[in-house]
Amino acid sequence: MNQTAGGAPDRAILARANRAAGDLARFSGRAFRAMEIDTRFLGMIAALLIIWIGFDLLSGGRFLTARNLWNLSVQSASVAILATGMVLVIVTRNIDLSVGSLHGFLAMVMGVVQARYLPEILGFGHPAIWFVTLMAGVLLGAVVGGLQGFLIAYLSIPAFIVTLGGLLVWRGAAWWVTSGQTVSPLDSRFILMGGGPRGAIGDVATWVLAALACLALLLLQAAARRRKRRFGFPTRPVWAEALMAALGCGAVLGAAAVANAYYWPAGTVRQWAAANDVIIPAGGLQISHGIAVPVLIALAAGVVMTFVARRTRFGRYVYAIGGNPEAAELAGVNTRWVTMKIFMIMGVLCALAGAVASARLQSATNSQGTLDELLTIAAAVIGGTSLAGGAGTIAGAMLGALLMQSLSSGMILLGLDAPLQNVVVGLVLVAAVWLDTLYKRRAG
Amino acid sequence: MNAHVEDRTPLVEMEEISISFGGVHAVERASVNLYPGEVVALLGHNGAGKSTLIKILSGAYRRDSGVIRIRGEEARIENPRDAKSYGIETIYQTLALADNVDAAANLYLGRELLTRWRTLDDAAMEARAREVMGRLNPRFQRFKDPVKTLSGGQRQSVAIARAILFNARILIMDEPTAALGPQETAQVGELIQHLKSEGVGVFLISHDIHDVFHLADRVTVMKNGQVVGTGRVEDLTKDEVLGMIILGKCPPGATPGPGAA
Repeated sequence: MNQTAGGAPDRAILARANRAAGDLARFSGRAFRAMEIDTRFLGMIAALLIIWIGFDLLSGGRFLTARNLWNLSVQSASVAILATGMVLVIVTRNIDLSVGSLHGFLAMVMGVVQARYLPEILGFGHPAIWFVTLMAGVLLGAVVGGLQGFLIAYLSIPAFIVTLGGLLVWRGAAWWVTSGQTVSPLDSRFILMGGGPRGAIGDVATWVLAALACLALLLLQAAARRRKRRFGFPTRPVWAEALMAALGCGAVLGAAAVANAYYWPAGTVRQWAAANDVIIPAGGLQISHGIAVPVLIALAAGVVMTFVARRTRFGRYVYAIGGNPEAAELAGVNTRWVTMKIFMIMGVLCALAGAVASARLQSATNSQGTLDELLTIAAAVIGGTSLAGGAGTIAGAMLGALLMQSLSSGMILLGLDAPLQNVVVGLVLVAAVWLDTLYKRRAG
Repeated sequence: MNAHVEDRTPLVEMEEISISFGGVHAVERASVNLYPGEVVALLGHNGAGKSTLIKILSGAYRRDSGVIRIRGEEARIENPRDAKSYGIETIYQTLALADNVDAAANLYLGRELLTRWRTLDDAAMEARAREVMGRLNPRFQRFKDPVKTLSGGQRQSVAIARAILFNARILIMDEPTAALGPQETAQVGELIQHLKSEGVGVFLISHDIHDVFHLADRVTVMKNGQVVGTGRVEDLTKDEVLGMIILGKCPPGATPGPGAA
């Protein structure tokens, strides 16, 4: 800095600004602690927002549109579903490389079940076809996952090897189901699981659901606070509770508003109007999509898996095994059975992801889900799941899936070549894990 | 300890226990017993087989042969859960804590308290953890932190609290004071005295011969997987015990075992 007459006051101002910045940092640190928010999770949200805003600026405002965000949510759904289970797998120091192939295989089986077998048994277009199909897929997923889990847990074959084998076996099996033929069309109700104008719940249901979610959020928060009071534990200050509640509900209502701001395409509206004898008014008819069904499925999977991970014995054991497998064993935890169950859950989630992905394409192909295992693992790891085991959250992994999909979608929007997209995604993965190791070293 | 103890049924009898890993006889025909309210110290060099023998009792290893009796009845101990069902609790040398979860989660690992909805009752577990930890380590307050962030002494307190939380009848302590300072070591001594007065039997594995003479009623010395001998602390000198450990020589004050030179 130049030593001008104003130098001294400048330094004073600078010092004061520095102090203020320090105070602000300390205050926000305190605030986060008071709210008991994971700073890591906040970092992820910040990264997501930066990516979104960055793409929006680069694409001239085409990224942050209701339409693009809605599509983003639908495209993220299947990997997000898989990621919720991959967290538990990685937390216990295992890996599952078979999820992409397995979800392709299960989608093929479900395709054949709904398009060939069930119409013969139940009759074409029977309303139960989608459900029976899904249950068949879920059951088969649990069996296949359980088989892999058995080999890993009871025969002590490394998960990497078992699921690497699975990656090849189930991809081959997917081809074998129909000798490589694509199964199409799928059941008309089944394809609602994939989204699209009909596969979304509309504005009223979206608002109702959002309101219920906010209510549940508030009730859970109140219940947690009551419990702490009862045992005389310190509770968060009221302002922190209020701010948390406001942020949570704000996010939920905001997402609902975005989903409702995306309207049916004019063609779909015309078809619908013609089919239902509705006359389209002069200004055009605007029908909201609302939250898409696959997104609901992914959110439900996230809620259930978070509950399982945090509030059940099984979940506690998963994390304890990840922290110290020997200690868990010595404490009397049946570590083998827990491991096998994790892979069964992963199988079930593969069925859900397979259903969502094939429903979105309205057909089942034997190449479906290729490389999804890597996207899923990347989503979990970007979301803070430690490959060393013992740490990771479901919400983080789902956010990781959204982040990865945001990158892909954004780059497509910018017209980047596909190979370049892969380069970027790969670099982001490595950078994210590097940042995470830095963060952990600092946090101790 | 008085002679009348001998009349009662032993709490634990381990008879002719053998286990080998590959071709190595880690423990060979070892016999030890333990009476209620008694502390039996197991001594020996690293690799003498004392930790292995004790891990058979705690269910971590499965013996190849031999009989374990608890209160006179033959016991089936094939895994840690079996051992716990007989009231056997273990404080391992490595502490065996899940480092990534908090103290209460470690205390209740494998035996979590549940709400009526069958979900984890973390609040109840924390409350009880505060109570038990409060007795062992009154200044300990870090119930929300993963145990990997705790000091060695605090971690040890967590491991000890876990062992006494469920009213152990038989307590195995593998080097319980290795990570502790003098003050905390004295606390462990007090704890052992207290447990003795409640009729708990304690197997103590230690390298510190002073500790052993201070805390134990009897010592059993092992060498190369075999028992050299067993004797009352008051019948033995420290030099005699060192002779048992180093040379495998059983002095007249002790009952010789199969491993006596």
